[in-house]
This record gives sequence, structure tokens and C-alpha cells, in this order.
Amino acid sequence: MTAATTLPMDLDQLPAKARQLRRDIIEMVYRARSGHPGGALGMADFMTVLWYRHLRHDPANPRWEDRDRFILSNGHTCPILYAILADRGYFDRELLWTFRRLGSPVQGHPSVRSDLPGIEYSGGSLGNGLSYALGTALAARVTGRNYRVYCSVSDGDCQEGQTWEAAMAAAHHAVDNLTAVVDYNRCQIDGPSDQVMSLGDLPAKWRAFGWHVLDVDGHDYQALDEAFRAAAAHRGAPSVIVARTVIGKGVSYMEGDYRWHHGFPDEERYRQALAELAEAPA
Amino acid sequence: MPSLEMRSLREAYGRALAECGAQDPRIVALTADLGDSTRVAEFGRRFPDRYFNFGVAEANLMGVAAGMAMNGLKPFVSTFAVFAAGKPWEQIRQTIAYQRAPVRIVATHAGLTVGEDGASHQMLEDINNMRVLPGMAVVVPADAVEADRVTRWAASYDEGPVYVRLSRANFPTILDEDYRFTFGRARVLRDGGDITLMACGLMVSVCLQAADLLAADGIAAQVVNVSTIKPIDRETIAGCAARTGRVITVEEHQICGGLGSAVCEVLAETCPVPVRRIGVDDQWGQSGEAMALVAHYRLTPERVAAEARSLLAGG
Ligand SMILES: Cc1ncc(C[n+]2csc(CCOP(=O)(O)OP(=O)(O)O)c2C)c(N)n1
Repeated sequence: MTAATTLPMDLDQLPAKARQLRRDIIEMVYRARSGHPGGALGMADFMTVLWYRHLRHDPANPRWEDRDRFILSNGHTCPILYAILADRGYFDRELLWTFRRLGSPVQGHPSVRSDLPGIEYSGGSLGNGLSYALGTALAARVTGRNYRVYCSVSDGDCQEGQTWEAAMAAAHHAVDNLTAVVDYNRCQIDGPSDQVMSLGDLPAKWRAFGWHVLDVDGHDYQALDEAFRAAAAHRGAPSVIVARTVIGKGVSYMEGDYRWHHGFPDEERYRQALAELAEAPA
Repeated sequence: MPSLEMRSLREAYGRALAECGAQDPRIVALTADLGDSTRVAEFGRRFPDRYFNFGVAEANLMGVAAGMAMNGLKPFVSTFAVFAAGKPWEQIRQTIAYQRAPVRIVATHAGLTVGEDGASHQMLEDINNMRVLPGMAVVVPADAVEADRVTRWAASYDEGPVYVRLSRANFPTILDEDYRFTFGRARVLRDGGDITLMACGLMVSVCLQAADLLAADGIAAQVVNVSTIKPIDRETIAGCAARTGRVITVEEHQICGGLGSAVCEVLAETCPVPVRRIGVDDQWGQSGEAMALVAHYRLTPERVAAEARSLLAGG
């Protein structure tokens, strides 16, 4: 069965959309009184560009066989994915407010077992996602389908050896229907990554593994849009967008602070965050 | 037991480890981006030259610990249980257990009581994974007091590798300050002649509460803290079964492969009596508040008491 993919949103509408998604992230962790807002807020811009302009999908038909797949390897950042899926109509928005509660399909880390429409992969254990994305991409080759696979990975994912095993294999098999996006915010649980475990020259590492590398500002919509287009057009090798992001982006007291990897704001800070993320004057 | 003080096992571990580190310069602490969560960061603040954070890379973590242990150091390795006894299991098997490297793996965040993070983070198979390895000691402290004593014991234990299972949640403190941990010994905490409740970790306090419920019905339940799961205390387990003739095991773990399995292996060979195993029954965890999950998966005093009555009734 074929399905109608969603139409791309105009580039100039994306900032307002990203602000709305960021408000949902804050609302979710505030109500759950736990969760991981930092990475999710930082990823909101590249996720908006991907999900509203590039990903071919059909919310009315989540299992459409030719849909592009999105694999969230850094599963703890799921509030941004849940917010997008709800906004695109995969499930009732009210479900967002059950995030992390007993019995909710909106699990603390995305779960395929929960049967929440739009969830492609059960994340949570870092380092596993890129291999799964590669398998998904190779399956398209064998079955003769022409979908693309997108996979977000974090700094933490890039510290796991398995990510580099997958990187080696994807280049070896010249898997060009795969785009990885690194949420390169240089922060992790115990501190700035350069202090905990430096990733060194990350774009150079991906290049050395045979990938087509696009090194971009992770909050520049135009640059991200071009990077996703260039990645999809590239033949003969997988592409990676190294998105230089700021953890907590959009909420002043969270920006750049690794301690917002996880945690929730108190009521005053919750109100402040929503105010900072309010509809911008036109 | 409503008035028991709730205390953190990982706090007790972190504090004891730092104290041991002050005594013994061969102790080193290793983690994989979970220094604060596992509480080994305290050791790191006091002894920065003996503290190693390897980032999110658990296979490397275990391999490095083995190399250190084989060359005169006493490594304590801490991360979440799922990333300790799951992800790098093969590295533990080959480089730690097979080489008999005295690495102390002290894993936190085991079991359902991880809470809201959900199934991916709720390790319910670690006792199984670790006890199957030849020569691996497996210890599950029942409260903060025992976590402290086990940490100090592990610092002095050089015979081979050790796996210690700790949790995220605070547990009721059931042991006295003068409690002494004896490696390889199960401890009868409450005597009774009608039925034996054997447990580890949080479930020891649950069994003590169940024993109170049963006492109200005139049933005398014996409660045993089986904190050393390997090597298992065959003598005490068989002796208790012989005394009461009926055994219930309770654990915050899959009933397959954990404490219940270990106890049944002993009893099948020494004193076959009717046994009921309570634990997570071939299911995955999920998100939820820690104690709500414990109730949802029916690891409660009421359930234990009900199973005891049913077993005594021959059901
Ligand atoms: C294999 C594995 N080890 C440890 C963890 C615990 N953990 C969750 S997120 C994280 C690292 C956070 O850094 P990063 O992945 O870069 O995410 P960010 O803070 O940027 O969102 C860790 C260690 C995990 N989820 N998986």
C-alpha cells in the first residue's frame, strides 16, 4: 500500500514549531517530576527540520512499509520525539502528560512493546542504536525498498565502541540510505565530555571511518536543511550530520549546563521556562 | 515495621568505599559516566589520582579493571546493574572471571525500583548472569548497614571477582549497627517453625512484614536473609527447610535464574520440600514510581503472606 507523505513545512515556520515542541518537553518533565530535558531541548531544532521537512512518513499509516525510519539511539531524549509524534497526529496529545507513569505507553525510554504509534526502536542502552539503524537500512537494500534511515546519536553513544563497529560496517557496505545525526552538545551526566571522556576531533573520526560528514551549527535551520538534503543526495557512503548543539537550548538557566541532562524544574523555574519559550512576537 | 528508617544503599557504599580508600592505597574506583549516580564520585573527590571515569564505554571499563586487578590494584567498578551485568558480560567472563581477576563490581540501580526510567534500565537478570560464572561471588545487601559491611568485606577479599547488587531506592533499615556480614552465610533474622521465607535485597524487609502478618494468624514464619547468593549457604538453607518443611523465596529479580533457582538447586539435592518462588515472572518492567512498581508486580508482604497460607494449606 502506498501512503501520502506529509508536506514539508516552510522553513520560516520552523522556529515557532520548535518553540512549541520545547514547551511540551518542559511540560512533560515538569509533570513527570523526572526525565531528561537537556538533550531533548538541544535536539529540538534539528528534529524539527528533519520531521517537518525531510522525513517521508504518514501519521495516518505508521507502519507504511516505505516510510523513512527514525531511530532514537539516545533514548533518554525521548520527550522531543514524543512531542513531535503527538503534534504530527500519531497519538492523542493528552498522552504526553502520562509520560513516565505506571501503565502509560509513553515510557521513560521509548518502547516498541508499548505499541505507541511512531516508535521504531526501544532505546535506553547507549551505543546500540546505530547498529539497529544499519540493519534497518540494509533491510531496505535486500527487500528492494527505497526508504531512508535516520539515526540520532549522542556524545555518550559515540563513546561506546559498538557505535564505531556500526560506523565501520556502514561504510564497508556503502550504505548510503543512512543518515546519522550527532547531538554534539559536548555534555554528559558526569560533566562536560571534554572532562569526562574527550571525543577528540569527532568530525575527523567519522571521516576516518569512511563517512560523508556535514559539520553544522545545530540551531541554524538553513544549514541543517541543506545538510539533510546533501546527506540524502550523497551516493556510495553513509552520511553523518555533526550537529553542534547547546544542551538545554531555549531555556536560559539550562543552556550549556550538563546538570540539566536529567532533572525537572521547580514551579518557579517551570513558569520561567514556559515564558522564555512563549510565542515570539512576529 | 512502619517506623524503620529509610536509607540509601549507594550512599552507604560510596562512604564506605572512600573510607577504605583512605586505608588502602591500592583501591581504585572506576565508572562509566555514572560517578555521581553510583556515589563513587565521593571517592574521586578524595582520591582523584585513583579515580577513573571512562565515559559511556562499559566493555572497556571491565577490561581495564581486569588489567588493574591482575597488576596489584583493587578495582571497584560501578555503573548501573544493567550496564554492569548485561552489556559487558562477555568482557567480565573472559578478562575478569576466567582470569580470576579480583575486580569488585558494585552495581547500583538493580531491579524494578529504578522506577520511571523503565524496562531498559530495570535489571532483573543480573543475579542469573553473574552467578553462572565460575568463581564469581554474588552478594545482595538487604539494607544500608549491610551495604556498608559488604563494601568493607569486598575491599579485603582477594580470592576472585565479586558482584554486589545495590539499588537506586532507599530501603528500610532492618539490621542493627552491630551487624557483621559473613561472606557465604545466610542469616536467620527471625525464627519460626511453620514456614521459611528466604529473600535478598529489598525483599528481606518485605518478608519480615509478611512474617508479622502471618503471626497475626498464628503462623510462625522463619525469615532468612540470603545475602550471599554465591557461594550459596547450603547448610543453612537445607537446615531451615528441614525445620519448617516449606520454603518461599522472594526476590526483585526474574524468578528464573535468581535466588529462587539457587535455593531450589540446593533443596533438590539436600532436602526436597515444597517451594514457592516469588519474583518477576518472565515479564519486563516498565515506567512507574518505585514502590508502585513493587506493588504492581506483586512483591508485597500481603502477597508473600497469601502464598505462605496457600502453601501451608497444601494448595
Ligand atoms: C550503555 C549505557 N550506559 C550508561 C547509560 C546511562 N546514561 C544515560 S544518558 C548518559 C550519558 C549522557 O550523555 P549523552 O548521551 O551525550 O546525552 P545528553 O546529556 O547530551 O543528552 C548515560 C551515561 C545508558 N543509558 N546506557
